[in-house]
Amino acid sequence: MKNWPLWEIFVRSKNGLEHRHFGSLHAADSDMALENARDVYTRRNEGVSIWVVESKHITASNPENNGELFEPAQDKVYRHPTFYDVPDEVKHM
Amino acid sequence: MSEEQIKNSRTEHSRSLERQFNERIERDEKIEPKDWMPEKYRKTHIRQISQHAHSEIVGMLPEGNWITRAPSLRRKVALLAKVQDEAGHGLYLYSACETLGISRDELYEQLHTGKAKYSSIFNYPALTWADMGAIGWLVDGAAIINQVPLCNTSYGPYARAMIRVCKEESFHQRQGFEIMLKLANGTQEQKEMAQDALNRWWWPSLMMLGPTDDKSVHTEQSMKWKLKRKTNDELRQQFIDQTVPQADVLGLTIPDPDLKWNEERKSYDFGKIDWDEFWQVVKGHGPMNKERMKARVGAWERGEWVRDAAMAHAEKKQARKEKQAV
Repeated sequence: MKNWPLWEIFVRSKNGLEHRHFGSLHAADSDMALENARDVYTRRNEGVSIWVVESKHITASNPENNGELFEPAQDKVYRHPTFYDVPDEVKHM
Repeated sequence: MSEEQIKNSRTEHSRSLERQFNERIERDEKIEPKDWMPEKYRKTHIRQISQHAHSEIVGMLPEGNWITRAPSLRRKVALLAKVQDEAGHGLYLYSACETLGISRDELYEQLHTGKAKYSSIFNYPALTWADMGAIGWLVDGAAIINQVPLCNTSYGPYARAMIRVCKEESFHQRQGFEIMLKLANGTQEQKEMAQDALNRWWWPSLMMLGPTDDKSVHTEQSMKWKLKRKTNDELRQQFIDQTVPQADVLGLTIPDPDLKWNEERKSYDFGKIDWDEFWQVVKGHGPMNKERMKARVGAWERGEWVRDAAMAHAEKKQARKEKQAV
């Protein structure tokens, strides 16, 4: 007997918003995953769009490498608006 | 480096990981699946989350028992929706548990062989329609008391699953209370039926909150990991204090002669719980343990060919799609 694969479920709750990860479920194929996701995750008007992705297709970053991975963001302070001096007279910018 | 030095540096490394882990819990940071965690933390979570998932699945049986016999269409649709929610809750929880590196099939295996437990409450029979009211009101009520603090627990996937579960549980409890209210305000016979259900479900509901603090082996560690925010006895007291006034609204009597308001503590004193009965049920000798497992394992075994057929069909469709793409 073969086990049903795991699928990750992403739901967009309203038009204009992004798809968010809602959870996961097991299903034989993508159609069944979609049907089950509809029943399980959108029973109370939670969504208008569903994506299902088989879990094996997702690659996650490794928390142990967070240092190297996210370091550049720290030392490029000039990416942030607060890096730039604007006179106080300028109220909104 | 000598062997001794390598060993020392390894212990030093794992100690520093453990220290960082504890500091993260201290800061109320969530632990996520790919983060380092102590093996015991992982194991405890697998035990608790799976036990929780199993309870949702087995919990469908006592209520499923009354779907075909619900007294009105309104009650029937509500009960159907509730049982459907429970299947969903089981699913969220199994998914959370799987992020700890165990497969769904292993979890089922543990349930089916009795290696993993489920809530003791579902080993009691649902004898009358009023039991659907008592289960919703009391059993789901006790579950909510247990689950609300879990929305804040340290393991991210568990906390997120619990947020979804808690949102849906309040519907369960209210539909149960409404059933009780209708019966309690109905004919003499209906009122007696409601009282009888309360009599049978009251004590088992109190037991759901677990053994007393001095007998609970996991409490101390679970509090440290914020897997538990309050002790079993604190939660039980909270449940009693909030449920007794609800019984008054129903005009029903809690089956405990020692139940009395304690003005000094601003809380209810209550009678002794029959812990022998609790341990009997937990060890598999409750009224319905065997039947529940028979139903569950039976469904799994008789469903095997359907699961296989679905998989074979999915593979065939996939192969056809790949062939067309070429």
